Amino acid sequence: MTGTIDPTIVNLTVFVLAVFVGYHVVWNVTPALHTPLMSVTNAISGVIIVGAILAAGPLEWDWLSSGAGVLAVALAAVNVFGGFLVTQRMLEMFKKKEKKAPKEQA
Amino acid sequence: MSANQVALWYLVASVFFILALKGLSSPATARRGNLFGIIGMAIAVLTTLAIVKSVGWIVLGIVAGGSVGAFVAKRVQMTQMPELVAAMHSLVGFAAVLIAIAVVNNPTAFGLSNPIPTGNKLELFIGTFVGAITFSGSVIAFGKLAGLGKSFRLFSSAPVVFKGQHMLNLVLAIVMVGFGTAFFLAPPSAQWTPFVIMTAIAFLLGVLIIIPIGGADMPVVISMLNSYSGWAAAGIGFSLNNPMLIIAGSLVGSSGAILSYIMCRAMNRSFFSVILGGFGAAEGAAAAGDGEQKQVKSSSAEDAAFLMSNAESVIIVPGYGLAVARAQHAVKEMVDKLTEKGVQVRYAIHPVAGRMPGHMNVLLAEAEVPYDLVLEMDEINSEFQTTDVVLVLGANDVVNPLAEVQGSPIYGMPILQAHKAGQVLVNKRSMASGYAGLDNPLFYMDKTMMVFGDAKKVVEDIVKALSGGGH
Repeated sequence: MTGTIDPTIVNLTVFVLAVFVGYHVVWNVTPALHTPLMSVTNAISGVIIVGAILAAGPLEWDWLSSGAGVLAVALAAVNVFGGFLVTQRMLEMFKKKEKKAPKEQA
Repeated sequence: MSANQVALWYLVASVFFILALKGLSSPATARRGNLFGIIGMAIAVLTTLAIVKSVGWIVLGIVAGGSVGAFVAKRVQMTQMPELVAAMHSLVGFAAVLIAIAVVNNPTAFGLSNPIPTGNKLELFIGTFVGAITFSGSVIAFGKLAGLGKSFRLFSSAPVVFKGQHMLNLVLAIVMVGFGTAFFLAPPSAQWTPFVIMTAIAFLLGVLIIIPIGGADMPVVISMLNSYSGWAAAGIGFSLNNPMLIIAGSLVGSSGAILSYIMCRAMNRSFFSVILGGFGAAEGAAAAGDGEQKQVKSSSAEDAAFLMSNAESVIIVPGYGLAVARAQHAVKEMVDKLTEKGVQVRYAIHPVAGRMPGHMNVLLAEAEVPYDLVLEMDEINSEFQTTDVVLVLGANDVVNPLAEVQGSPIYGMPILQAHKAGQVLVNKRSMASGYAGLDNPLFYMDKTMMVFGDAKKVVEDIVKALSGGGH
């Protein structure tokens, strides 16, 4: 075994482990919160904004790359802000009841 | 910032994302989870902003998109959550395609060599077509959910099917992979043509995949597109060697996949049969009953009120009909009245009640129903036989006892066992069958009384009767 590891192999390692983590964490989500789960994953998939920022980032403006990048930044930002805020709004609804009736099951 | 530092910050952000999902395991920790998600996203975005050269336009994009997102998040009604979620999936898909275009145009901006290394190029191809399918598929799903079928036939909530559909999809998929391969092999000077054609076919495929799926299967479709949007982000992450996108994308992808599985299981349908679609198109009449003219007992809201106020325990089974009629607040009022009279009232939620996973829980939470009164199917099914009265509001197939009869079309679908309760009240607008096109023996049982009418109107009448003090 000599030489450096191909980035694709590193990516694959990260990918497989992340899928495992996701699988186990998501099975623990209570069914009552499946809609907030979906809206928060909407927000998290907005992390594609990272790729969009890189596309729009170079100093010299290139209509195709930078234009596509900036548009993608805006689209992803809708998800990031909209996703987290609407999740927050929904979870607030689940909160109000706690005062009236403290929950029993752990 | 060095590449190592960037990678470490991305790792921190990823841990926050995992904590965000973990928080959702209980309503008590969910808000903290969401906060973790926001922190993770802030770290990811700020880290990335720190390594790019020009941020002016980017900040403008964030402000513009962020304002739209914040506005929509504030205004959207809870019944419209499925539409909002579908719209958001489409945005991720389109962003993935846009980023792919930028990569093909200028790979060096992403720290890739030019020409793009073969491994990354292959992943770029995958990320692009998954993103494109996510985009157009979600647009169709949005249209179906928003009820735009009248203005544009592709948005019809009835399945759009035609002869040779699956064959066409298969051929298109193969052609798309063909052009993808051509893109993969092409030198930088000749890669645009196959890339554009491949992307165009992927957009078309997204439309074709979603149109044959009926309105009632929407919970599966939304979950599936949720999953796709994650895989698209992960695919782009692969092509950019960006661990942040790979990790977050995989989390979202597996989350959507699990939700799809849960929804399919709740309908007792294979994922494959949902995807192939066309269910509930024309098979309705054939399945209906044994031809006997059966009688239902019809009754009034006053009778229902009387029955429930004299019961010791009541279970309410809400279906999507309840949400359509926007009756959840009236239901809450009715339950408060009954509770005042000493009746124990709980809600039983079937996993596919509503148009997306967990939708009914949110609708009830919005009406300030305490979540410990809202029970999942597995938690409450054993309690129906000791319950005096069940009130079924705008639900049908999820309480159909035929699901327990071998040989019936819905045999094996898990149901709420309302038929085991002492008495059953069913509110429906008419005797029309559910989307499965099946008759429901529950309606003809001796202990069942039908209360016809709009859910909201009926529940309001029950509330009136309950507060009337006539008994």
